[in-house]
Amino acid sequence: MIEQPAMVKICDIREESPLVKTLFFESSMNFIPGQFIMVWIPMVDEKPFTVSSIQKNLLGISVLKKGTFTDLLHQKRIGDTIGIRGPYGNGFHLQPELHSCVVGGGIGIASLATVIDTLPKITIIQGTRTASEIIYRKRFTDMRFCTEDGSLGFRGTTVDLLEDIVKKQQFQKVYTCGPEKMMFKIVELCKKHHIACEVSLDRYIKCGFGICGQCDCSGQRTCVEGPVFTIPELNTMEDFGRVALLKTGERVDVNNHRQLSYISIDNAK
Amino acid sequence: MSKLNLSVRVGNIQLRNPTILASGILGVTKALLKRVAENGAGAVTTKSMSKEPREGHKNPTVITFEAGMLNAVGYSNPGIEKAAREFADIQDVGVPAIASVIGTHKEDFVRVVEGLSGTHFSAIEIPLSCPHTPGFGLLAGQGTPQATFEITSAVRKVTELPLFIKLSPSIPEISTIAKAAEDAGANAITAVNSMGPGMIINIEAQKPILDYKVGGVTGDALRPIATRCVYDLYEAINIPIIGTGGVSTGRHAIEMMMAGASAVGIGTGVYYRGIDVFKKICEEISQWMRENSISDINTIKGAAHD
Repeated sequence: MIEQPAMVKICDIREESPLVKTLFFESSMNFIPGQFIMVWIPMVDEKPFTVSSIQKNLLGISVLKKGTFTDLLHQKRIGDTIGIRGPYGNGFHLQPELHSCVVGGGIGIASLATVIDTLPKITIIQGTRTASEIIYRKRFTDMRFCTEDGSLGFRGTTVDLLEDIVKKQQFQKVYTCGPEKMMFKIVELCKKHHIACEVSLDRYIKCGFGICGQCDCSGQRTCVEGPVFTIPELNTMEDFGRVALLKTGERVDVNNHRQLSYISIDNAK
Repeated sequence: MSKLNLSVRVGNIQLRNPTILASGILGVTKALLKRVAENGAGAVTTKSMSKEPREGHKNPTVITFEAGMLNAVGYSNPGIEKAAREFADIQDVGVPAIASVIGTHKEDFVRVVEGLSGTHFSAIEIPLSCPHTPGFGLLAGQGTPQATFEITSAVRKVTELPLFIKLSPSIPEISTIAKAAEDAGANAITAVNSMGPGMIINIEAQKPILDYKVGGVTGDALRPIATRCVYDLYEAINIPIIGTGGVSTGRHAIEMMMAGASAVGIGTGVYYRGIDVFKKICEEISQWMRENSISDINTIKGAAHD
């Protein structure tokens, strides 16, 4: 496989919320939920996004407006082109036979949207800071919401809501994507309740195919061995919930650095 | 047949096999270098370290094509102070580790090497040959015999570690530059860095794909050129050569050693065959040695010469 972007034409655009748009384009790419693609704007930059919608040959990426790159994606019109390459990464290990729950924090729900499509009988939790940030309300009609300000659904974090739900309902597996602090707590909760869990990690991704080393998390390449990791794998990864690398390779607190925020909040992966 | 010997020496460094992770591939963290060692590498090289932190070029920084890879990463690294912390206990990697050191002025190289004191690297590698980063390598005029001599001499004064100088294939007089390095006290030559720079244009976008527009060419396209450089150097210098450029199979490694290399660098091979490329290459070398009744890899070194 040659790792170069191919140009695709945007054929539809859906406004999901004031800050999130889903851009649709035709591609025959064989995408597994949890994988990611690299999106290229010529002469500007290239960044990782999950595919949030798959309908035959029509793929979609949900883009949170967050910085220069995503601003430019939001300015795209039907008929404009973007470059894509991939898919990259391992994807979720989907187990339709299990009672499962997906937990999406912020734009992290975009990484889980194709999981929800594939596993129809699951509990869905979407958490945001406030009601206007909630997306996919028409697409998934049976979501449980939580907002930090209480403007929609449960007031509090996704972790609080999940803890509440597991008291009444037995899950065998949780799929999650969102801020790492949230995922770290969800993993702790799952360990306590003996629930299997897969998380989709955010790291600064450069090559996407495992040779540059920039997305290292304790010796695991997020772009190849990840971005999806299981609890046994996370148990061996000290950096999970703690450390991420900046563009320079400097190790910083994963929960507390602006430069990282575009990957953890900007369309996760 | 008796046990095969794959161990080689580069200067005074003993390697369990001739495969060395080339600089710029995976060497961002100690954890990844350790993983490369666990996947069979005889030695590993860090990503290049400069005095100050560098974010490098914007993406796309690495792409591939039919005959290899094109990259313009732009020497992203956290600067020597933080890099030295990352690699403080580099001996944990379990195989010899080589620190790649870059700079714009010769004083920068000295500062970076001094910044590594207290770490446990086995050697220092100095690339004077990057084709695509302003202020470094070829774009800073470091690919001349005089600059090579001056930088090598300056670093030689501040470290007792073996010094490897990494040279460009894109310069006609590679032997002259290698001799300048040897005269200045280098202990080995790494041949070669990426060639070019080259360019790949997306014809639908009508723009170069790399954000920096041009980048160094590696992989299959580079191999015959790297092999020729190693062949020429073997005749011209007396210090060992690390043959680097398009080596991704055991046969390639053997070819490079027959040209005169004491060990081989592996970079783009990680893309071609995965992180366990080192193990695969060593198995293929062993099989070839058995088939050809060769028990010691060192006996093939330079075999291609008259």
